[in-house]
Amino acid sequence: MKLEIGGASHAYGDLQTLDSLDLAVEAQSVIGLVGPSGCGKSTLLELICGLQEQSAGTISVEGQTAADERLSRCAFMPQRDLLLPWYSAIDNAALALRNQGMGRREAREAAGTLFERFGLAGFEAVRPGELSGGMRQRVAFLRTLVAGKPVLALDEPFASLDAITRAEMQEWLATALRTDPRTVVLVTHDVEEALYLCDRVAVLSARPARIVAELSAPAPRAADRDAAVTDPAFVAAREEALRALREGSA
Amino acid sequence: MRRWLLPALLLAALLGLWQIACSTGAIADALSLEDFLVPSPAEIASSLWENRDLLAENAWVTLREMVLGILAALVVGVGFAILMHSSRLLRDAAYPLVVASQTIPIVVISPILVVWFGYGITPKIVIVALICFFPITVNALDGLRSVDPEAVKMMRSLDASRWQRFRRAEAPAALPNLFTGIKISVVIAPIAAVFAEWAGSSSGLGHLIQSDTANFEVARQFATVAVLSALALALIGLTALAERRVVTWR
Repeated sequence: MKLEIGGASHAYGDLQTLDSLDLAVEAQSVIGLVGPSGCGKSTLLELICGLQEQSAGTISVEGQTAADERLSRCAFMPQRDLLLPWYSAIDNAALALRNQGMGRREAREAAGTLFERFGLAGFEAVRPGELSGGMRQRVAFLRTLVAGKPVLALDEPFASLDAITRAEMQEWLATALRTDPRTVVLVTHDVEEALYLCDRVAVLSARPARIVAELSAPAPRAADRDAAVTDPAFVAAREEALRALREGSA
Repeated sequence: MRRWLLPALLLAALLGLWQIACSTGAIADALSLEDFLVPSPAEIASSLWENRDLLAENAWVTLREMVLGILAALVVGVGFAILMHSSRLLRDAAYPLVVASQTIPIVVISPILVVWFGYGITPKIVIVALICFFPITVNALDGLRSVDPEAVKMMRSLDASRWQRFRRAEAPAALPNLFTGIKISVVIAPIAAVFAEWAGSSSGLGHLIQSDTANFEVARQFATVAVLSALALALIGLTALAERRVVTWR
């Protein structure tokens, strides 16, 4: 198992956010975490990444349980792209490499090959302020990918985008993960997005969060998104997830 | 064009009115003064020209006091802001004192500084620096603290050390605020320099104004004020230029 969570609980003061949560994620698989707003999804993600400490239970990434060990194995992509406006797109994408001590030219070259592969060629020198919302998310995802971490933790990466751009970005991410498979934890409030992009989807209850259902996606990251999401098996899985979500929020 | 033309026209109109009021003796009559105590713009202009060497000599003295004072405030203020930003303890301890230090009127301490440092340039630099220290420190600290906490998490997860977080995220984010602080400093530095010269000096524009008061050289006083104001405007222009060069992402 790439990632294992056993009996993890977390609280902010008196506010219990996670209640004895168990989860296991295999290498190179994508797990979706869906749940009602404010249920602690993002907290769980930060716990996995070692950005916070749980109050009980264990969380291990590649067998390592210490928070700083988890931090060095997970790349966190926050909800907003948070591209640094003073750096060009390529320098934003290469940020982790620079932090890891690579020289500017090498870091740009390494990130540049991904720009070509992921349809961003020609935008290397552009400042984030001049990019569209979808493009910014692509650069933010590449920044996460370039870090070369075994686990990618994505926190509602497409929540800020309009419906059309979001569908495009889901297809784009599906393609990216087909060509470059990674272990991914994807937090989203969009059941359809989770079932399209993930192998498995864990439905969380309202706070304090626990897992109320775990579903397998019928056709993860299918090349034809429109066909995949209208397939009867997909529709049935979506209804099941929604039912679990409603029951968990009650 | 419009940005320059309209204020220039207004200024010309005001100077014209002033000239007319002087040539008819309206202002002097209203204030029951001798005519030579109310110089017209034309008389001020000719004083400016006749005394150009004297004014230039003293302007150079005051300019040096202002620039060196601002630079000293910049070095100390930015250093202090970084220290307060990196240590919560230091911030809680020192910040109230920094604010409280502003309640000490500069008029009161400048004679003390003259006693300590003599009639040379040192007390002037210290006084200008003391005045400019506050806006620079407070704005730089605000800028450093303006970084999104999510961006900090993102940087941590991308292997950034404390120094790299500062160098790549916090310091650039603080630059626009820092320039605001510098611009405020540049505006108040002439006042500080004049006060410093009044407390004890043998040269400088403030000194010139003071000695001209004793001799009823009113036209030259106005000319001196015009030069002082031109110096401040030039410094503001330079700061704005530097800001455009440095903060290229806005």
